[in-house]
Amino acid sequence: MAVLPADFADLEPFADWAIPTERSRYDKRLASTMDELQTFYDAALPRMEPAMSYLEQYDMNDLPEDGKRLLWLYCSLVTVSFPVEVWRQPRVPDSGACALDAAAEPAV
Amino acid sequence: MAHFTKPDEGSWTEHYGLGTGPISYEDSISPEHYELERDAIFRRTWLNVGRVEQLSKKGSYFTKELDAARTSVVVVRGTDDEVRAFYNICRHRGNKLVWNDFPGEETSGVCRQFTCKYHGWRYDLEGACAFVQQEDEFFNLDKGDYGLVPVRAEVWEGFIFVNLDPDAAPLHEYMGELGAGLAGYPFHELTQVHRYRSEVRSNWKLYIDAFTEFYHAPVLHAKQAVAEESRKLQNVGYEALAYRIDGPHGMVSSWGGMSPPKDLNMVKPIERVLRSGLFGPWDVPDIGLDELPPGLNPARHPAWGLDSYLFFPNFMVLIWKTNWVLTYHYWPTSYNTHIFEGTCYFVPPKNARERLAQEMAVVTFKEYGLQDSNTLEATQTMLESRVVTEFPLNDQEILLRLLHKAAHEYVDDYQGKKGGTPVRVSAAS
Repeated sequence: MAVLPADFADLEPFADWAIPTERSRYDKRLASTMDELQTFYDAALPRMEPAMSYLEQYDMNDLPEDGKRLLWLYCSLVTVSFPVEVWRQPRVPDSGACALDAAAEPAV
Repeated sequence: MAHFTKPDEGSWTEHYGLGTGPISYEDSISPEHYELERDAIFRRTWLNVGRVEQLSKKGSYFTKELDAARTSVVVVRGTDDEVRAFYNICRHRGNKLVWNDFPGEETSGVCRQFTCKYHGWRYDLEGACAFVQQEDEFFNLDKGDYGLVPVRAEVWEGFIFVNLDPDAAPLHEYMGELGAGLAGYPFHELTQVHRYRSEVRSNWKLYIDAFTEFYHAPVLHAKQAVAEESRKLQNVGYEALAYRIDGPHGMVSSWGGMSPPKDLNMVKPIERVLRSGLFGPWDVPDIGLDELPPGLNPARHPAWGLDSYLFFPNFMVLIWKTNWVLTYHYWPTSYNTHIFEGTCYFVPPKNARERLAQEMAVVTFKEYGLQDSNTLEATQTMLESRVVTEFPLNDQEILLRLLHKAAHEYVDDYQGKKGGTPVRVSAAS
C-alpha cells in the first residue's frame, strides 16, 4: 500500500525513511551502509524541489498524513546529505562515542 | 593583517585589560576547585532555566535539576500569572515534590496543586501549604508555617532565571549593558523549538571555550564547506567584527556572508535546493524587527552575520542576522562532566518548505556540535595529565580569558567572604 502522495510513487522504495523523529532518522543513518545512503540521496535529491512545491499547497498545520510522511522523508534526506556530500561515512568523523540527542522537536 | 578594525591599543585583549600571558587550566581539572565553583558560582549567580513560553498557562510548571548548585527547583505560573520558583522539596519529610519515574529526571506539565507522592501534602501554585493528610495527628501544626521554600525567579526578555542567593542584585542589573543592549528583540516570535542534549566528558568551561571562539572554525569544520571555499577560509583564518565585555559577560560579533552565499557553488547541493545552511534559512522571515536593538552588530558592519553572547556563568545566546536564535546551556555534573543543551528557535514555519529549511539549519548545527564535543573529551583527558600547564591564547580567544578570570573572581570573592584562606588555583593572568 502506498504511503506517499501518488505524485511521488517513485520514492515508495524509500518509504522506510519517512520517520517522524530526528533521533530515529539519525539512528537509521548510522545503521545504513554508504551505498544505501547514496542510493536514497540520488533518488530523492532531484525530487526535492517538486516535493516542496507539492507540499507548499498545504498549510503546515493542515498537512495530510501522506504529506507528513513525504516531509519526514525529506527531513531524512537532510540527515543523510551529510554523509553523502561531506563525510563519506555515516558517522561524523572523530565523533566517537559522542551523542547529541534531540530532547525536544516539533511534532511534524 | 587585520581585516577588521581593532581598538587603539592594538588588540581587543589589551583594550579590555585581560592580560596577554599564557593561562592555566587547573581550574578545569581540579575536583577541589569545582567544589568551590558550585557554591561560589552556581549558588550565587542568575541561571537561565527556561522561557516563559514553556509556562503557557496558569498552573504550567517545569522542574530544573541544578546538580552543580546541589538542588532541584520547580518553576510555575501562578493563578495570578506570576512566574515563581521553589525548591523542589516537600516540607513534611523532605521528599522531592515534583518528579516522575526517576527522581533525577526533569519533568513538566500543568496542575492545580502540587501533591507530594509520599504522604499527600498539597501546595497551591503560589507555594502555600493547602492540605496536610491527617492534620489533627500533628502537634499544633500551622499550615501557614509550611509553605514551599521560595527561590528568586526573574524574567529577562522572556528568559526565566533563578538565583539561589537571596542577597543577589536584581536580574536586570546582573545582565548589565550587554543584556540591556538586546532589549526589545522579538524572542517571543521564535516559538518553533528544537532542543538537543548531550552528556559531555569535560569541564563545563571547556565547551564554553569552544563556543566563544571561532578561531577553530576554518580548521575543525573545514570539511563542512566545499573544498575550494574551505581552503580560502583556512588561509584567511578568523577575525571577529567586534568584541564587547561588561562585567563577567562578553560577546563576539561575526561576519556571515553565507546566507545566501554570493556564489551558489560555494555551498553543498542540498543547501542550493533548500536555500538554507549553517547560517539559517536564506529567505528571512519577518519577525517585526524594523531596527536592530542597539547591542546587536555593535560595529554596524554591513557583513554582519551573527552575535554570540556569553552571560556568565553558563548561558549563551546566538542571534543570527537571518532572524533565528540559538541558545547554549552548560550544566556541570562533576569537575570533568557536564550536560550540554543546544536549542534552536525559529518562527513557526508556514509550510513544509520553510519547515525543511529550518531542519537544514538544525541538523547542520548538530553536525558541527558533534565535531566540537569530541575534541572536549580529548582536551580534558590531556589537560588532566598536567604535562603542560600553561597555554597561550590569541586575541580571538579573548572571551576564554574573560570566562576563566570571571570564574576565578567569583571563587576568590566567595572564599574572601567566608574568611578562609583562599585556595588560589592560578588564575588567568
